[in-house]
Amino acid sequence: MSEKLFVKGNEAVAMAAIEAGVRCYFGYPITPQSDIPEYLSRELPKNGGTFIQAESEIGAINMVLGASAAGVRAMTSSSGPGISLKQEGISYMAGSELPGVIVDIMRQGPGLGGIDASQADYWQATRGGGHGGYRIIVLAPASVQEMYDLTMLAFDLSDLYRIPAMVLADSVIGQMKESIVANPRPQVELPAKEWAVRGRKAGEPQNVVKSLKLGDGEMEAFHWAMLDRYKVLAENENRWEELLTDDAELIVTAFGSTARISRTAVAMAREAGMKVGLLRPITLFPFPARAYLSLSQRCKRFLDIELSTGQMIDDVRLSVARDADVAFYGRPPGAGSLPTPEEIFEQIRKVYP
Amino acid sequence: MNQVFSRPESLKDVQTHFCPGCQHGTIHRLVAEAMDEFGIRDRTIGIASVGCSVFLYSYFDIDVVEAPHGRAPAVATGAKRARPDKIVFTYQGDGDLAAIGTSEIIHAANRGEAITVIFVNNTTYGMTGGQMAPTTMPGQKTSTSPYGRDIKNDGAPFKMAELLSNLDGVAFSARVAVNSPKNVLQARKMIKTAFQYQVEGKGFSFIEALSTCPTNWGMNPLQANQRLADEMIPYFPLNVFKNSENL
Amino acid sequence: MRHDVFISGYGGQGVLLAGNLLSYAAIHEGLNVSFFPSYGVEKRGGSAMCTIVFSDGDTGSPVVGHPSVSVILNQLSFDKYAAKVKPGGICIVNSSLVECDGVELPEVELVKVPMNRIALELEDIRMLNMVACGAYVAKTGALKITSLEEALKKALPERNHRLIPANVKAIRAGAVAAG
Repeated sequence: MSEKLFVKGNEAVAMAAIEAGVRCYFGYPITPQSDIPEYLSRELPKNGGTFIQAESEIGAINMVLGASAAGVRAMTSSSGPGISLKQEGISYMAGSELPGVIVDIMRQGPGLGGIDASQADYWQATRGGGHGGYRIIVLAPASVQEMYDLTMLAFDLSDLYRIPAMVLADSVIGQMKESIVANPRPQVELPAKEWAVRGRKAGEPQNVVKSLKLGDGEMEAFHWAMLDRYKVLAENENRWEELLTDDAELIVTAFGSTARISRTAVAMAREAGMKVGLLRPITLFPFPARAYLSLSQRCKRFLDIELSTGQMIDDVRLSVARDADVAFYGRPPGAGSLPTPEEIFEQIRKVYP
Repeated sequence: MNQVFSRPESLKDVQTHFCPGCQHGTIHRLVAEAMDEFGIRDRTIGIASVGCSVFLYSYFDIDVVEAPHGRAPAVATGAKRARPDKIVFTYQGDGDLAAIGTSEIIHAANRGEAITVIFVNNTTYGMTGGQMAPTTMPGQKTSTSPYGRDIKNDGAPFKMAELLSNLDGVAFSARVAVNSPKNVLQARKMIKTAFQYQVEGKGFSFIEALSTCPTNWGMNPLQANQRLADEMIPYFPLNVFKNSENL
Repeated sequence: MRHDVFISGYGGQGVLLAGNLLSYAAIHEGLNVSFFPSYGVEKRGGSAMCTIVFSDGDTGSPVVGHPSVSVILNQLSFDKYAAKVKPGGICIVNSSLVECDGVELPEVELVKVPMNRIALELEDIRMLNMVACGAYVAKTGALKITSLEEALKKALPERNHRLIPANVKAIRAGAVAAG
């Protein structure tokens, strides 16, 4: 095993991006994610890559679009207000079937909100976020190690499926430091980017990267094809973690930072003799519906925990068996509203059958 | 027999969708001739914008990326930085470049991105039906300035070629027109120079090409051409505003 | 085994460096570590806090409502956080700055260490965070003093490595005071 490093979540994202072979990073400063552009502005040029602090979030995402269209790995990162601005470009990338990685270190909203942790961008991320009807891949790390590993996975999945991929975390995961192993980039067989613009040689087909589809039936066919691709994605790439679910009579479910806090709450419940487990989605899109369905055949009570008034709960309710009951405990994001394990344990007590 | 005139190789042998009397076709041709002349077609990436110029890929026989409205200079920045050995140019209209895309063009120019920008100024939003553009002339009636552009209300038209020439990052900036044989010849020379800047790795080059929009101006092609000469050129003078390397 | 410790003081007291030092020491001992910092909104002179969890297995929540050990460096932190220490836990207090005579924390062991005074005796007030770390390891036995000394190489930037002997001294002085 290689040596353990002690790094911040945001830095782990940046380190992983370099390991994954990112050639271009385009971004704009916003708290609490600025460690990512700061790290990459220092390290990416040393690795022969390009770093540009763009004029705006809109500029940044469109630079990602251009670099990705030219066939290289490109990324951007931001937080809530900046991610809203990027939605234009993300929609165009989705329409142009372009890969690319977007990191959202969520902060409070709506509006300027504040810089404390939030999970209230769940809907924006998992429902596409921009106009026109599309989905993007959404990965939700719950540790600094996962910030590293899932950033590399985001690049691979994005290239494999030609769908933009988002790493969705918050300032708890982004700002905390943990011991991690900087794993090497996994060996994944990826298709050549034959669609990329490269300057057309004689005898080669013209490559056009575009989202305008005016032909009769062309756009409809695109949407059906994308739906099929989303199904393949759900079939092959669903990821989740189960903790102590085998005999559980109550399953706590949460992603990212709240899942981390819930782990300790579950341990407290077990110490108190209660059969409580944890189900943590790692992919938010595709949502691991089958894990919920399968667990809810036996365990009929769930407790969904979120740093919002409830967003993921929609997906949880759509996924569990009809006779399962889903309780909710949320703290809308804000200063002083990060729940403690003790607080979640109290909620477990309340809803435990 | 000597062939004296033919289609540039960089243009496809297709009919365009442009209206009669529109000068996009001529400007396309001059851009294609410059590509042929430098022999760069097989390493050129075009960035199409939103508006009448969106169909770049239908007419140019090159690889093309379609950018969101106004964002072509940012998309071009990404493509050029990813592939510095390629020739990257944007082709944008006045609404695209001088309204919704002002931030992107100014910052790409200021960074001195090694790209070429072809900016077509016809004083109106053509594709959406003739609304007021940032370059609409004072007093000009459009579908959203039915009483004529009032500079007290709407500001004065942007003079982009002059404006950008003030930025240190800009190596070359010129305004051309294609309303007469003489101006076409001059425009061909300027467009060629703009590409030469990029081919020689000498920085950001900008061409503002004045153009007609007979359909939305409510004129026939000849009247439109006359308006360009009588009203536009006096307001938007044809000139080289910056030529930092004297190419 | 899983340990958690909460450290709080005002900005400039070296709260985050103390947290980093304990984290590196735990990594040195082959443990998993979570270090979760939080600050006041002020850029300077505000409060600084961090929670460190280390474990030979899962570190679990980086957020701790009722820490098993708190290290409190100033009065404001004492007033705000001392009561949060969980029953059976330990509250190590910088008694140079915190007025806690006669204060009772039910079921919590209150350990008074005059950290400023000890640091001043070592002729460097900046060492008070090292005194605090020494007091923490001596009182809890959660980490070895030698691991802290080893961890200084990683927690301190290269340019400050010349100060390692002084830091070691302060750690030991804190350990003696608390032990």
